Amino acid sequence: MGCATRSTRARDARKELANAILSVRNLRTQFKTDAGPVKAVDGVSFDLFPGESLGIVGESGSGKSVTALSILRLIPDPGRIVGGQVLFRDQDLLQVSDEEIREIRGRDIAMIFQDPQSSLNPVLRTGFQIDEAMLAHKQANSRTAHERTVSLLKKVRIPAAESRAKDYPHQLSGGMRQRAMIAMGLANSPQILIADEPTTALDVTVQAQILELLADLNRELGTAIMMITHNMGVVAGLCTRVIVMYAGQIVEQGPVDQIFESPQHPYTWSLLRSIPRVDALRHERLRSIEGMAPDLLRPPKGCRFHPRCPFRIEKCLVDEPRLEEIHHGQIASCWVTMDRARAEMKADELRDISPGAASGLRPGEIIP
Amino acid sequence: MATAAVVVDAQPIAPEQVSLWSDAWRRLRRNRLALVATIFLTFLVVVALVSLVWTPYRMSEIGVTQTYAPPSSAHLLGADELGRDLLSRLMVGAQVSLVVGVGTQLLVLAVGVPIGLLAGYYRGWLDSVVSFIINVFYGIPDILVAMIMVFLLGPSLRNIIIAIVVTRWMDMARLVRGQAFSLREREFIEAARAAGARPLKMLFGHLFPNALGPIIVQATLGIPAAILFEAFLSFLGVGVQPPTPSWGSMANEGVAAIQYAPHMVIAPSIALSLTLMAFNFLGDGLRDALDPRSRR
Repeated sequence: MGCATRSTRARDARKELANAILSVRNLRTQFKTDAGPVKAVDGVSFDLFPGESLGIVGESGSGKSVTALSILRLIPDPGRIVGGQVLFRDQDLLQVSDEEIREIRGRDIAMIFQDPQSSLNPVLRTGFQIDEAMLAHKQANSRTAHERTVSLLKKVRIPAAESRAKDYPHQLSGGMRQRAMIAMGLANSPQILIADEPTTALDVTVQAQILELLADLNRELGTAIMMITHNMGVVAGLCTRVIVMYAGQIVEQGPVDQIFESPQHPYTWSLLRSIPRVDALRHERLRSIEGMAPDLLRPPKGCRFHPRCPFRIEKCLVDEPRLEEIHHGQIASCWVTMDRARAEMKADELRDISPGAASGLRPGEIIP
Repeated sequence: MATAAVVVDAQPIAPEQVSLWSDAWRRLRRNRLALVATIFLTFLVVVALVSLVWTPYRMSEIGVTQTYAPPSSAHLLGADELGRDLLSRLMVGAQVSLVVGVGTQLLVLAVGVPIGLLAGYYRGWLDSVVSFIINVFYGIPDILVAMIMVFLLGPSLRNIIIAIVVTRWMDMARLVRGQAFSLREREFIEAARAAGARPLKMLFGHLFPNALGPIIVQATLGIPAAILFEAFLSFLGVGVQPPTPSWGSMANEGVAAIQYAPHMVIAPSIALSLTLMAFNFLGDGLRDALDPRSRR
């Protein structure tokens, strides 16, 4: 994955900006609890373009998985999609019938999950499950399905595919299981593959192989990939564009190179800073983001990141910022933005990143 | 018994295991009681099949020897109050017991599994209704219901089976419901849904195979319960009608003559007891073999 290919792909993506295959508009998903609705996804809008690979990053509970599940209407009880649109091929997926969305699942939009151990049915043979994925959408008959299964398993580089197809999931290694899941996802040549933290449960070497596989498939088959992860490294290796989510909202979005080079939202900046570095001094402390993800039952007023933000100003406590284009193709929702934080608050030399450290608006001094 | 199994298990054999089922079969074979039970039941099935075409004497022929004749070389189990050969009648009785036991459980499966799967998978009002009905049925005394049904429908083998199913389907439905309840939260069910599986496929292609172990155990343990129920009904005189012999009705006839012809009670009682024990041991063995917690 060289930088060159990534930037050409980024250019291609921009060229096709007009015709997104998937457009999410103002998506809102809530979970009912006794204490009130938890706003897991709160007004998320973004586009996915043909053949691109889009990363969605954020910490646990930021709403990235719920966003993905909402697209296919797979939100478990007591969750509800309360508003918005998911436009795919001139249809709003939130409005189509149960039968239609079932047809789209796995055929046009496939999804692979975090833990390959538990996402394959333990009592059915691996190959049979891939056959089933095709038979469910009548994309093959039982004879051609088997042939295609074997060729898919070969494509995802499972050795001895013929005999592996006859194995039960528990007989495969973790990496092989995830490959089988990917093969199943690709069975009907979907236009979109949603990967929900597909490498989290795997060890690092296998992670790299899986990412490489996904990148190759993205290139060869032109399948658009939506990669949900909390790992910035995964995004850097695979994606052309990235969406950063925080507390159920998008806080920053843009081309990967640009965001890595100059993040504009303090949250993105902190995320990138907190990647452990091999060349760090031995006794240097790992840099984390102070504080905890907010309670989505009662999200903070103003900017949702303000309780943890070193650059917060008074305005952040009361007014909610909107997403605005900061640089070409890069949008962020921040009153300060890192450009200003760098210029005025010496963000790059910052050692203390506790809330309000850079702007001087310390917790004790806040009088709302 | 349990300790014996543990000792044998000491050697590691994990790598060669081929599938859930071959694994279970291997563990079942190691369970001596279950193995003996399997052999006995195979023998019983053979006897029942043979009795369809051949018995030592015609089972309903009266006076093949003296009435109340004790066991002898010509009549291994003796004769009853009408001088009918007891062994022949016992063999035909095996048919009745097996048909009732297996037939009942097949119907219980046909009723309980879909209901349980639907209730457990869809939850909500459907589950509330099903659970309510199950609890109502549990509240009704089963012998009373069965006897009333047999009186209303008439005492035939078919109606006895129906009566037993009506009083016994709840155990299976409740078990399957519980299984579906916990399975629906597993990630592979979510993955199957994300792959666009149809509802029927979800229920019978994904949930059912995963619940198959407990279902098999429940069905196996339900067979002796049904056999006993039929014997009980026959003993009370509302079961299989003469001249068809059932182990229950044979014991009933024998009770009248227990003073001077005890073999008439002993033979069907022993046959019944052995069969019940065999099914129970097999069920227990299957439970151990199919229970994932006892694995390895």
